[in-house]
Amino acid sequence: MADMKNPEETTKTLSRRDLIKGVIAAGAVSSAGYLFRSSGVRAAQTQSAAGSVERLVTLNINGQQRPVDVMKQETLAMTLRYKLGLTGTKLGCDRSECGACTVLIDDVPHYSCSVLTHSVRGKKVVSIEGLASADGKLHPVQQGVVDEQGFQCAFCMSGFIMSAVGFLKVNPKPTRTELAHGISGNLCRCQDYDKILTALLKGAENMRRA
Amino acid sequence: MPTNKVNIPNYRLLGKNYTTPDMVAKVTGKSKYAEDFRAEGMLFCKLLLSPLPHGRVKRIDASAALAMPGVKAILTADELPPPAPFITDDGVMIPADPRAERGLTNEPLYQGEPVLAVAAVDELTAAEAIEKIQIDWERLPFAVDPMVTLKPGGPNARTDGNVWVVPPPAPPKPGEKPAGPPLPQVQDFKWTDAEYAEFKQGKLPMSKPSMEWSYGDIEAGFKKADLVVDEAFVTPNTSHQCMETRTAMAYWQNGKVFVHCSTQSTAQTVPAIARWLSIDQTNVVVISEYTGGGFGSKVTSGISLTIPVLLSKKVNAPVMMRVSREEEHYIGRARPGFHGRMKAGFTKDGRLVALDMFVVTDGGPYGPQGDANSSGRIVSLCYTPENMRWRGVNVITNTPPRGAQSQPGGAQGVMIMEPVMNKAANKLGLDQVAIRRINAPAGKAGIGGAIKGKRDHVTSAFVQEALDKGAELFRWNERKSQVKKSGTKARGIGVAVSAYSAGSIGFDGLFVIKPDGKIYIQSGVGNLGTESMIDSHRVVAEVLGVPWEQCVVTWGNTAKHLPWTCPSGGSQTIHAMTRAAHATAMDAKQKLQEIAAMDLGGTPADYEVGGGRVFRKGGGAGLTFAQAAQRAIKLGGKYDGHEVPETVSRMTKASVTGLAGQGLLAAAKDKYKRDGITNSYVAGFAEVEVDLETGEYRIVDYVGVADVGTVIHPRAFGGQMFGRTSLGWGHALAQKWVYDQHYGAPLAKRFYNSKPPTILDVPVNNFKWAAVDIPDPETPVGARGIGEPPVGAGASAVLNALVDALGENIFRRAPVTLDIILTALETGKPGDDPLTAHI
Repeated sequence: MADMKNPEETTKTLSRRDLIKGVIAAGAVSSAGYLFRSSGVRAAQTQSAAGSVERLVTLNINGQQRPVDVMKQETLAMTLRYKLGLTGTKLGCDRSECGACTVLIDDVPHYSCSVLTHSVRGKKVVSIEGLASADGKLHPVQQGVVDEQGFQCAFCMSGFIMSAVGFLKVNPKPTRTELAHGISGNLCRCQDYDKILTALLKGAENMRRA
Repeated sequence: MPTNKVNIPNYRLLGKNYTTPDMVAKVTGKSKYAEDFRAEGMLFCKLLLSPLPHGRVKRIDASAALAMPGVKAILTADELPPPAPFITDDGVMIPADPRAERGLTNEPLYQGEPVLAVAAVDELTAAEAIEKIQIDWERLPFAVDPMVTLKPGGPNARTDGNVWVVPPPAPPKPGEKPAGPPLPQVQDFKWTDAEYAEFKQGKLPMSKPSMEWSYGDIEAGFKKADLVVDEAFVTPNTSHQCMETRTAMAYWQNGKVFVHCSTQSTAQTVPAIARWLSIDQTNVVVISEYTGGGFGSKVTSGISLTIPVLLSKKVNAPVMMRVSREEEHYIGRARPGFHGRMKAGFTKDGRLVALDMFVVTDGGPYGPQGDANSSGRIVSLCYTPENMRWRGVNVITNTPPRGAQSQPGGAQGVMIMEPVMNKAANKLGLDQVAIRRINAPAGKAGIGGAIKGKRDHVTSAFVQEALDKGAELFRWNERKSQVKKSGTKARGIGVAVSAYSAGSIGFDGLFVIKPDGKIYIQSGVGNLGTESMIDSHRVVAEVLGVPWEQCVVTWGNTAKHLPWTCPSGGSQTIHAMTRAAHATAMDAKQKLQEIAAMDLGGTPADYEVGGGRVFRKGGGAGLTFAQAAQRAIKLGGKYDGHEVPETVSRMTKASVTGLAGQGLLAAAKDKYKRDGITNSYVAGFAEVEVDLETGEYRIVDYVGVADVGTVIHPRAFGGQMFGRTSLGWGHALAQKWVYDQHYGAPLAKRFYNSKPPTILDVPVNNFKWAAVDIPDPETPVGARGIGEPPVGAGASAVLNALVDALGENIFRRAPVTLDIILTALETGKPGDDPLTAHI
């Protein structure tokens, strides 16, 4: 895959420090990005407050161009969940601790709770909803999870699957240990790691066969 | 792992892997958890949390907040309905408890307790409004460490005391129903000067208890003993840390409240909400299709959901309360930490003849928790002491509320007792597996204290079989003689035995065979992903002889006519609901046979059920399920649910009526006999490798063998074995609370402060599980639950392996962190503080 980027490099270029710097540069309170401002309801009922000005941007989400009003300090997770209705991306901690909100940005897994929405303009964002094909056929990694009954409560599942899909783009034939390292930025409180790893490896095998 | 197998013969579906019907929604992100629902005009609320560990609100000034554009309402504790008495379905009156936890409070008992909430058009506005609220506080004395409050003159966590005392239940009056459990009372309790002197010497005083029980003659037992071991141990407070916080969204329509929440029991959350709000349960609808983890912390969801519910009523609009990770630390429940001391007498051959067990629990401000009592019961079962006394003190602290966490009390009991077993074996020169085998429960083993000379017993126990199978899989005997130390690395192996209750009884099943020939099964169990919510219904397909694909399970919404079912907690479900499923399938079978006899002649006994048909024995005339369903609708009465069975509970009756007329309706309560209390067991084996230069250690491999009767769904079972074992490892390796004792402020509030094991912390390539595969004799398909006992086995097998690697005298508490090991190796003395909590 010639257009593939080195995930380590890209991760370094968009760190939590950058997120905070980005927010400060935008002149907003850093914590505010984690809170939700529902523009529709608010606009109809009140005048807007300082620091919450929204701007129309166009994002490439799951292969579609999506125009959306975002605040400068708004995180990608909040945009996906509350503005675009893509609730498959979960918020487990909102501070880069658990990985439940992982999405792909230009094929690289990122914690969407710690990415500012305005910073992904011009990039390709893929969330869990964008993996299956239009006719409903599951992505090979999703199919692997179904086949092996991976995960328990599954709140962490979409984050793990996105991490695995991203990792498999750079290492399509990982060993069990390599894949464990590849998804180690994701936390599962059901601690179903054995079954998760078996399922995701099955997904990798499905991908190679596809 | 491919090595893991179960081997239960003679079932078509039970014991076989399959894909549960909730999987595709989960992998595509379409499964909706509480925070994924939206309602038209939905508002958001934010909480104001107490900055003090204990204080009283003197005055609230919310004028600036309420003047903000977009702010809709404020809710304070004054607006909550007062605690009210309620009557259970069995007619037992539970009195109102003035000390019970409520959603909001004017006297916060821990830092982080919700004081008030604000609803606004969006979350940012609500948060800004919270910042503008001024509160005048009265500071009150506080204690976050149970040892501190027990000292003479120590501060009390509640204004009226520091220890829970539960009075004995009042004897029933002749001709009257027995009264409900008595309300817990609070006492002011301090050590004597002599006890305090013992504490200062580093020993946990065996003080006057607030609870106790015993059996046998403990003094006589100690007289028989050749060896007495007297050891103390401290277990950590650990938050449940569900990945999904207890976010909730609510709205009202026509006097009914609709609550989207995260719960372990869809059915049982209905009466809980009704009780919290003092409204009739027919006015409560609970929607919870997917729950992002519970582990005991969401048995009937959480009382915090009353906040959006009441705000929604006040402003007449839907209200969403998103609970942040930090808020979840405060209101999301935790396992109470224990200070335990064991005096144990053994004969030369390793038999435990006397056990004097004493525990102090760190119970938080609301309670009392059952963990203390459970710890004694589980120790009495796991190691079958001939004579035993259990005593406990349930201490109140200004720390977040505790709740049942996987193997509540049992895990702590096992963690306190296992080092004693370990030490005794070493002193007596016995093999570690052998000493546990000698003391293992078998058959109808006793559990708990004696009442009028008689003890309760379990349904069955096959722990020796589990130990034998585990020792073989682990190659225990071979590995015992391996070299322990090599260069800067030391290796050790450990074994531990664990048990916990694994099944309740008396719940209802409900399904309809519709004219399309399919079986529509209703489930009120919460969907936490253990899959027992679905797995237990495989029994319906098994008994009626239909392919599983012919069954459709409905769950997650009490408006969809769900039966009264157990919560998915305490490992109840696979036992309770396979029983209910079996009873209900038998009801359907009976009705099918009756309809066939009516239509085709003969008696019901002339017919049998199988292959989706009811037919004359030996072949011949019959009806398909589809035909029988149509006949049931024509017949009406009990056949299609127009006549409601008397035996089922109130909620099931309403659901039967709601489903009546749609086909052949089967509804039944589990009334199967059970001799004994259902428990499951695990024998765990671990090897650890310690780096002597850094104190770092890793679990090399692990074998867990479970005695759980019939395994219904092997893959889901394996997930519980690994998952709950790993929850236990967290207690051994790293997880604990840390407090600033001076300010009563918690310091470990987020994942990174007290992180559950990650995929790199656990032996994900070297974990084996197995089951002894002996069905429990006291339940129709022989199945018991598995969610609890792996926890204590996991934690203690690792700790025992550490002792094997490093020798005794290294640690006296868990988790065993690297600094403890390094300090001990350097000084030759245990590297930890034996008594202070939260360090």
